[in-house]
Amino acid sequence: MGITRRAALRTMLAGSAVAASAVIPTESASAATLPTPPADALGLLYDATLCIGCKTCVVACQDANGLPRDTSGIDYKYDAPVALSARAKNVIKLYKGEEGESFMKAQCMHCVDPACVSACMIGALTKNRETGIVSYNVDYCVGCRYCEIACPFNVPKFEWAKATPRIVKCELCRERLAEGKEPACTEVCPRHAVIFGKRAELLQEAKRRIAAAPDTYQARVYGETEAGGTQCLYISHVPFDTLGLPSLDDRPAPELARSIQHTVYKGFIAPVALYGVLAAVMLRNRRGGQAPEDRP
Amino acid sequence: MSAHVHAAPVGGRMMTPSARALFALFGVAMVLVAWRLIAGLGATTAMNDGYPFGLWIAFDVVTGTALACGGYAVAILVYILNRGQYSPLVRPALLTSALGYSLAGIGVALDVGRWWDLWRVPIYFWRWNLNSALLEIALCIMAYVVVLWIEVAPFILEKYRDSDNLTLRRVSRSAVPALKKASVWIIALGLVLPTMHQSSLGTLMLLANSRLHELWRTPMVPLFFLLTCVSMGYAVVVFESAFSGVAFGRKPETAMLASLAAVIAPLQFVVVVLRVADLAMRGVLGSLFNGDLRSNMVLLELVLFLAPAAMLMSASSRNNLGHLVRSAMVMMFAGALYRFDVFLVAFNPGAHWSYFPSVPELLVTVGLVAAEVLAYVFIVRNFPILSGGHPAAPERQAAS
Repeated sequence: MGITRRAALRTMLAGSAVAASAVIPTESASAATLPTPPADALGLLYDATLCIGCKTCVVACQDANGLPRDTSGIDYKYDAPVALSARAKNVIKLYKGEEGESFMKAQCMHCVDPACVSACMIGALTKNRETGIVSYNVDYCVGCRYCEIACPFNVPKFEWAKATPRIVKCELCRERLAEGKEPACTEVCPRHAVIFGKRAELLQEAKRRIAAAPDTYQARVYGETEAGGTQCLYISHVPFDTLGLPSLDDRPAPELARSIQHTVYKGFIAPVALYGVLAAVMLRNRRGGQAPEDRP
Repeated sequence: MSAHVHAAPVGGRMMTPSARALFALFGVAMVLVAWRLIAGLGATTAMNDGYPFGLWIAFDVVTGTALACGGYAVAILVYILNRGQYSPLVRPALLTSALGYSLAGIGVALDVGRWWDLWRVPIYFWRWNLNSALLEIALCIMAYVVVLWIEVAPFILEKYRDSDNLTLRRVSRSAVPALKKASVWIIALGLVLPTMHQSSLGTLMLLANSRLHELWRTPMVPLFFLLTCVSMGYAVVVFESAFSGVAFGRKPETAMLASLAAVIAPLQFVVVVLRVADLAMRGVLGSLFNGDLRSNMVLLELVLFLAPAAMLMSASSRNNLGHLVRSAMVMMFAGALYRFDVFLVAFNPGAHWSYFPSVPELLVTVGLVAAEVLAYVFIVRNFPILSGGHPAAPERQAAS
């Protein structure tokens, strides 16, 4: 009775050929060039050597975004968010260790090729074509949190405490920009440790500062190429990984998953072809007479 | 062994003591579901911004749908490989699949924060993000639930062919032949959709990129998910046959399951060989022996994949039902562990994050599985799903 192992395996593997075909092209996809940001891409430049940790930007961000004071950190008394959360789109942290001491500002990096946007099913997260700002529209969000899985910087946060939760993350104060203002965090910074502008100009400025004081700064701009580049850039006197900025290669974060999806579902040909082949096999089987009696 | 199917309702009392226990578990889950809907996910689950996917995704959806691939696995065998002699397995396998996928759908609805907006995903086609593996999975699973119930519908409607109720009789007599006529096109859809979304479930976590541990971060994940959903699907069919044997005093299809096992055992080998080859080609074979949690988990996976293959090597062991069931359970566990590993163990959001499912999360999952078992028992008792001898009610044998 029955089936030969070989025949069965062949069919199973044929059925999975769709998935298997994804294996080959992804290997070569790593040679892809960096994605190009929009010409007028906006962003931030944070200079860790200038920040004095006054957290004025943290409070200004809460005010501008209607976020509550966050007393979850120290003794439950002080407004001192310790990390990004549904109540904090922008935080200042202090690194103290072998490499010295430094403050660190965390907010959405506004990636040139954002993984969160790639993850989002019906575009609650989108990247603006002109400014490159990654913004959130709750109308198209189902709260699946796949953006949180996708983000290499662990930025999007979810309102766990609410029955009608949203995703919370920095949108570069896009409402303020529309009014002709700059983001709240850069506006209030007394030391101009964080400045706002076009990404291309910020990148130039960052490189100018590094060139002017090569002994002070780490020799590169974080965000120039990381994960395909980000619109928020960092320069620092301590290594970036000590500041909690992950060591990432130049490949855009969504590339691996996207190349599989694109290869397998290019023009939707493979699924349609598979459907046709399967139907044809069944029709032939049926005519062949050995077909099963019981068809649903 | 006949190619003809004489499926008939098993009959018997629904409210057995074990059914009462299952109802109690389901009741507890419903209370907790109400709490989750009122108080939110933070109050009821252990999920957090580091681990935004928890048990409900890793088990109810990712593992649950794989265990519900019995219908997929058996349909490949019966309709594509044209092995009609296995057709008695089709009905129970499709029913389990329909129930399992429906349950996964309910699991998703509980898991997403803004469940009342879920309807927008299939409707707002002009906003579909075709880069999103999750979108494809969502659409495929929604479509597949519909396809599965269409496949199951004739078994349910058959019962009403000679019903006293005129409407039911009419629906039954017109729908059943129509569905049989269209069956090739429906079954083909029922094969394409799982092929798509089961592989894409593997693609899903690849978007986490550097935050997914290198032992699992490979473009092969979609293939592994597809291969393991087939073996898990077969394992459930074995388990189900044995369960029906015990629960309804029926004769299990041991010979049939034994010849299935002969096919599935080598598939387990294939997964292990591909897995090891993939690790070697990516140059990370060495980190298998780091001795840490993640490397030990991979070793455990490999052992669990190999064990059932070894258990089913000889024909005599394959023809022993107890042995078949034990190996099937290991097979299910192997596939489940691989999926849990990809979704929870391999994912590393940073040292200060941790996740272990909360008691409400666990009880909701248990309650949903209890509901699935109850629905299965109810349907096989009342509708022609299982075939072969059933001493409980032999006089109703002619029903189909």
